[in-house]
Amino acid sequence: MQLFQDNNFFILLAVFSIPALIMGYLEKPIRLYGFAVSLVFLWLVMGGTTRALIYLGVFLVWEIAEAKIYLKVREKYGRNRKLYYLFLILSLLPLILNKYAHAAGGVLHWFGFLGISYMTFKSAQVIIQIFDGQIKEVESFPYVYMMIFFPVITSGPIDRSLRFQNDMYRVIPRQEYMDMAGQGLFKIVLGVVYKAVIAAGFYQLEIRLGHGLDLKGALIYMYTYGFYLFFDFAGYSLMAVGASYLFGIKTPDNFNKPFISVDIKDFWDRWHITLSHWFRDFVFSRVTMNLLRSRKIKSHLTIAVIAFFINMGLMGIWHGSEPYYIAYGLYHGLLLSITEIYQKKSKFYKKNKKKKWYRCISGVITFNLVMFGFFIFSGRIMKFI
Amino acid sequence: MSDKTKIYETVMDILVDVTGDEVVKEEPDINLPEEDLIDSLGYIELLMDIEESLGIVIAPTEYTREEMDTPAKIAAVVQSKAE
Repeated sequence: MQLFQDNNFFILLAVFSIPALIMGYLEKPIRLYGFAVSLVFLWLVMGGTTRALIYLGVFLVWEIAEAKIYLKVREKYGRNRKLYYLFLILSLLPLILNKYAHAAGGVLHWFGFLGISYMTFKSAQVIIQIFDGQIKEVESFPYVYMMIFFPVITSGPIDRSLRFQNDMYRVIPRQEYMDMAGQGLFKIVLGVVYKAVIAAGFYQLEIRLGHGLDLKGALIYMYTYGFYLFFDFAGYSLMAVGASYLFGIKTPDNFNKPFISVDIKDFWDRWHITLSHWFRDFVFSRVTMNLLRSRKIKSHLTIAVIAFFINMGLMGIWHGSEPYYIAYGLYHGLLLSITEIYQKKSKFYKKNKKKKWYRCISGVITFNLVMFGFFIFSGRIMKFI
Repeated sequence: MSDKTKIYETVMDILVDVTGDEVVKEEPDINLPEEDLIDSLGYIELLMDIEESLGIVIAPTEYTREEMDTPAKIAAVVQSKAE
């Protein structure tokens, strides 16, 4: 079974949601029930492949043990950077092995189980926040629940452990829960429309009209694929967020009208928000801090450019080691850098940035740059070069 | 001068430096990201300058952007961390 895909999933989701709704209405905690439902879905998704289940088990034990040990190490040795990086790399190791095995040709399936890419964000962020001194205890139950919470297991949105834990232990007042459940249902329905109607429509346009190998074909493919990608992923994300709400967890939203972005920076605050903010908080900000601290580079603009390339390059590689994913990351690193330099240096920008006509033109350019980015991301560009 | 006022003044000086605009002192409730006065790099410079001048360490994920989007809010966060 595939989550948020098969009819059976939606029937089960409806059935499993009824007890959650009753518990929420009675102001009873939903966490144990939500955990049990997550286990059932895990079994339905991965039960057929024992190897995947074993890898998932090993992965979870590895990551929890690591977090607990690092907590002790951090208490004893303080903000020791060498130890911090060691534990950070250890927490990334399963994903690195998995991606390496995939790139090496798919004979090895190290840590091949559904959701490893998204789970690793959460395990790594726990290590980083232990180093920061923000996480002061690691308990197994909330940790595992956060990792296997079924609505977000396949493709996010990526939650933060402190936020998730707060939600799962909070007693939600009846009226608030009923509002949340209403919003959740609305998001699920909207998500279904996005994915099953609009995305499916764009997909049909793409395969029927977009396969010419001339400029016209490329352009049709680029725009139809871009809209397909948005409605497909935003649709899934809406459903995942909506289903989370029914189980009392306010999973953060992933999209906020990305196609009306004024510039590329604005776009990354609207597109796959939980991913881009994860990278902002745990990669971009760390790279810039280290560069500022080292005092090797004077210009803050240079530091920003380096950090943008590292940030987006890593994001590209995270999608996969195929050259077009890496190119996609570097493309956005370049766009962000050019935007940064232009906005800091240009008098024309400073004078006009708030004017309506400027924002319109800037928005249209951004939209087309973003669409070209998706064309790279799709891999279709390889047919043209 | 009390510690609180001293911290407030220092934070405002840092903000003038980071945003390049004296307006942050005159309008402590101005929304910094909305007015384009601060971006991601600006926030990092802010956190590092606070660490350097006041010895108060704030991690990038400790507060949300909404909790630190005006000069007054930022000063309040730093003051609460100093206690």
